[in-house]
Amino acid sequence: MERHLDEQLKRLNQDLLTMAAKVEGAIHQSIEALKKRDKGLADKIIKDDEDIDELEIQIEEQVIDLLALFQPMAIDLRFITTGMHINAELERIADLTVNISQRVLDIADQPLLRPLVDIPKLAGQAQYMVKSAIDAFVRRDEALAKKVIFSDKESNALRNKIMKELIGDYMEKDTTTVSRAVPLLLISRDLERICDHAASIAEDVIYMIEAKVIKHHRERLKSI
Amino acid sequence: MNMTLNKDHWAREDIQKGISAEVKLEVEGFHFYYDTTMALKDIGMKIQKNTVVGIIGPSGCGKSTFLRCFNRMNDTIAKIRYEGKIWMDGKNIFDKDLDVVDLRRKVGMVFQKSNPFPKSIFDNIAYGLKINGIKDKNFIAEKVELSLKNSALWDEVKDRMHKSAFTLSGGQQQRLCIARALAIEPEVLLLDEPASALDPIATAKIEELIHELKKKYTIVIVTHNMQQAARVSDYTAFFMMGEMVEYDVTNKIFTNPSKKITEDYVTGRFG
Repeated sequence: MERHLDEQLKRLNQDLLTMAAKVEGAIHQSIEALKKRDKGLADKIIKDDEDIDELEIQIEEQVIDLLALFQPMAIDLRFITTGMHINAELERIADLTVNISQRVLDIADQPLLRPLVDIPKLAGQAQYMVKSAIDAFVRRDEALAKKVIFSDKESNALRNKIMKELIGDYMEKDTTTVSRAVPLLLISRDLERICDHAASIAEDVIYMIEAKVIKHHRERLKSI
Repeated sequence: MNMTLNKDHWAREDIQKGISAEVKLEVEGFHFYYDTTMALKDIGMKIQKNTVVGIIGPSGCGKSTFLRCFNRMNDTIAKIRYEGKIWMDGKNIFDKDLDVVDLRRKVGMVFQKSNPFPKSIFDNIAYGLKINGIKDKNFIAEKVELSLKNSALWDEVKDRMHKSAFTLSGGQQQRLCIARALAIEPEVLLLDEPASALDPIATAKIEELIHELKKKYTIVIVTHNMQQAARVSDYTAFFMMGEMVEYDVTNKIFTNPSKKITEDYVTGRFG
């Protein structure tokens, strides 16, 4: 027998997927805007973020209603609280795509320092991690969630490489490159943070499935 | 259904953490029958001193029958039979030399429907003391006051102690019954759906009271209200068709129960 709560949980699930689709779209568009130095697309991402903010509030209110009206237990409780965390993580990811878009606006009219190679790689990693974390949530796939968490190391390494090159090869050698290098530094930091948020979503997914808190204790993954 | 939780009868998480606290009650291999019908099957559990244990489960699962075993209230029912043991402070409560009246003095009980005597508020509390042979009026008055304070009722009734207990509200009557049980200084309190007939404010007062009382008493509460069990109990046992399916620390039962059937029950998928 389907419970009244099940209908509400389906609605929450659907709204989270809508939120995830919008955020994945924003990541993709921000990378495209960077690659093409497309100011129009960057402006669009900044504007569209308002919709994501509204959706975040709507989902948050939905979660509060569910907690207050249904007093859920066990897996229902874990699903709802995980949904609330994922909602907040997705909204922060969207904010980071706004940051990237703002940096695109800063550098769009200037010549590139050099062809973009590692930043698109890091962007690809960010897209992969966010998509996989959401897939893990949808499919209740613990193995995929773990994979996302472990892959966070690669994004850190890539970000460090980009920073080292921008500072060592350009900014330290020729200070006139600073105004073009700093936006790229910030973009790489934002992309790496997107990866961190994806890993947090994956941690939440593991909590939802296993009821084990991995956050700040990734060594606990070994016992799962 | 596999009902054997563990050989030692501790709550599951306590076993994992290696906890061994002072045991007030222990149930061992306990079966209970109404004539030929088995109502409880091979129950085993340890209850720590000064904790609250909540018993939950669907109607007819045997939780009230189980509760009434702790003070042998079922003995008054014809054609009942039991096997196994219930130890209280290391003494089997079914031993032939055990004085049942003394057991019920040590194990107080409060029922779903408040049942004050048709007497004054004062006399409701004093009654138990008087039938236990206490005649010292000052002592009785002190005990009545203390019991009413311990049941968080004193401030509401101190100016009308000689009015009928029936002039109290439902919630106050239930706290009066708790005070009456406390007056004879029991060691264990059994609460059978103590708040099911009360409004939310009165229920909250009873729950606060339970939280206070566990400092002095060991409490076993049967409740249909899972949120209530979650709020007041340190440990929760889930019963189903006469078997104890799961016994664990309360937050484990309500956030991540070990058994699917427990999860289905606490999430309202059946029951």
